[in-house]
Amino acid sequence: MSQKHEKLIDKKGLRLDGRKSDELRPIKIEVGVLSNADGSAYIETGKNKILAAIYGPKELHPKHLALPDRMVLRCRYHMAPFSVQERKSPAPSRREVELSKVIRESLEPSIFLEYYPRTGIDVFVEVLQADGSTRCASITAASLALADAGIPMRDLVVACSAGKIDGTVVLDLTDTEDKMGEADVPLALMPNLNAITLLQMDGILTFEEFEKAVDLAIEGCRKIYAMQKEALKVKYVSVKEVEE
Amino acid sequence: MPTFFERRELVTPGDLIAEGDYIAGENTYTEDNKVYASRIGIVEYENKEVNVVALRAFYIPRVGDIVIGTVVEVGFNGWQVDINAPYQAHLRASDVLSRPFKPQKNDLSEVLDVGDLIVAKIIAYDRAHDPQLSVGEPGLGKITRGQIVEITPTKIPRVIGRKGSMISVIKRETGCQIILGLNGVILITGKTAEDEELAIRVIHKIEEESHTSGLTDRITQMLKEEKTKGEEIKNESET
Repeated sequence: MSQKHEKLIDKKGLRLDGRKSDELRPIKIEVGVLSNADGSAYIETGKNKILAAIYGPKELHPKHLALPDRMVLRCRYHMAPFSVQERKSPAPSRREVELSKVIRESLEPSIFLEYYPRTGIDVFVEVLQADGSTRCASITAASLALADAGIPMRDLVVACSAGKIDGTVVLDLTDTEDKMGEADVPLALMPNLNAITLLQMDGILTFEEFEKAVDLAIEGCRKIYAMQKEALKVKYVSVKEVEE
Repeated sequence: MPTFFERRELVTPGDLIAEGDYIAGENTYTEDNKVYASRIGIVEYENKEVNVVALRAFYIPRVGDIVIGTVVEVGFNGWQVDINAPYQAHLRASDVLSRPFKPQKNDLSEVLDVGDLIVAKIIAYDRAHDPQLSVGEPGLGKITRGQIVEITPTKIPRVIGRKGSMISVIKRETGCQIILGLNGVILITGKTAEDEELAIRVIHKIEEESHTSGLTDRITQMLKEEKTKGEEIKNESET
């Protein structure tokens, strides 16, 4: 950290970037940004910049990984060497391997994996710039990319984090807030089915605080879901307009 | 038993389309007596059946479909063919060669080699087995001339048109032979390269504007305009 922050929340109740405790960072979502991938999406949440790309479903290589009764979802979360302040080694770190698994497991319940046995889908998440809660933004983008690739899904998956800083439960943590704060609760949601597909907690919260954090994160997810859906529709809206 | 979307409205995966006594059709699924969309597309109701016409999808083989594929591997007793689907198709040597063949003697790559394009029919496919192809019918087999266009497989029905109206217009106006692979690959063979180019442009236009109504009329008009333009250029160069 270049600066030391004494207080994460000032006297007015505003955070370092001027947000209120239940406010999201500005979000920009775009679908179908890569022409070579079968499906793709790009998301910016505050200073986070993340690209997600999908290939498949296709025959799985190496073949021994294929399952006789369902598709295999493979996921790679990767941070670009220039995504953080100190150059990050491009080799997958322990953290990246873990996040790949976490993202895969939060997307799996949303896909009809049993429809096309013996095949595989590859999900590539590339973090171009990181500033906290990248796993959540990655899940949101990857789910959109899956929908863009035409893969049959139960629902879109949308993710958002909540946490505790300076004794207050807040929404959508930045990198500084995550590192200096007391707790971080990332949550992924299938909004129409009202099902949570990812719930983690790093830090210590009381039962009341935890419940408040989850409620806050779900509320945040629903806000992002509206934007996510809009971004997906925008790609096809030009087609709709001609029709009307 | 309410429905939550108008006919021809855009839905995204997970959107609740209808509740109650409805049947889930294409690109939809039911849970707790509710019908949800499973792909991005446009809603269509047919009596009690709810369908979503997908805007993005990939080709899934079906028995009886005519497809156009590329040979990717020559094996001992047949060929592996890429048919633009999640599964690779297999074409048996005994299906192509009428005479009995011995793998030791006959070289299969003399008949079809890697990179060759074929028109074939899917004769067998299920969840547990890769699709099986056949070329044993008139019109099927190796492609020797023409041009290939690839479009999204979901848009092939639009290129065919209602009762084949669209495709017959294109065939008549351009004078090209057109074979539609249901996997989204189209073969066009015409007398001249210009005719083929025109047909390709038309097909791309259909792909882009596939959701608009009155497309057949506009395509007919476009074809006529292009044709007169082409003739003018021809006349000019002659004089």
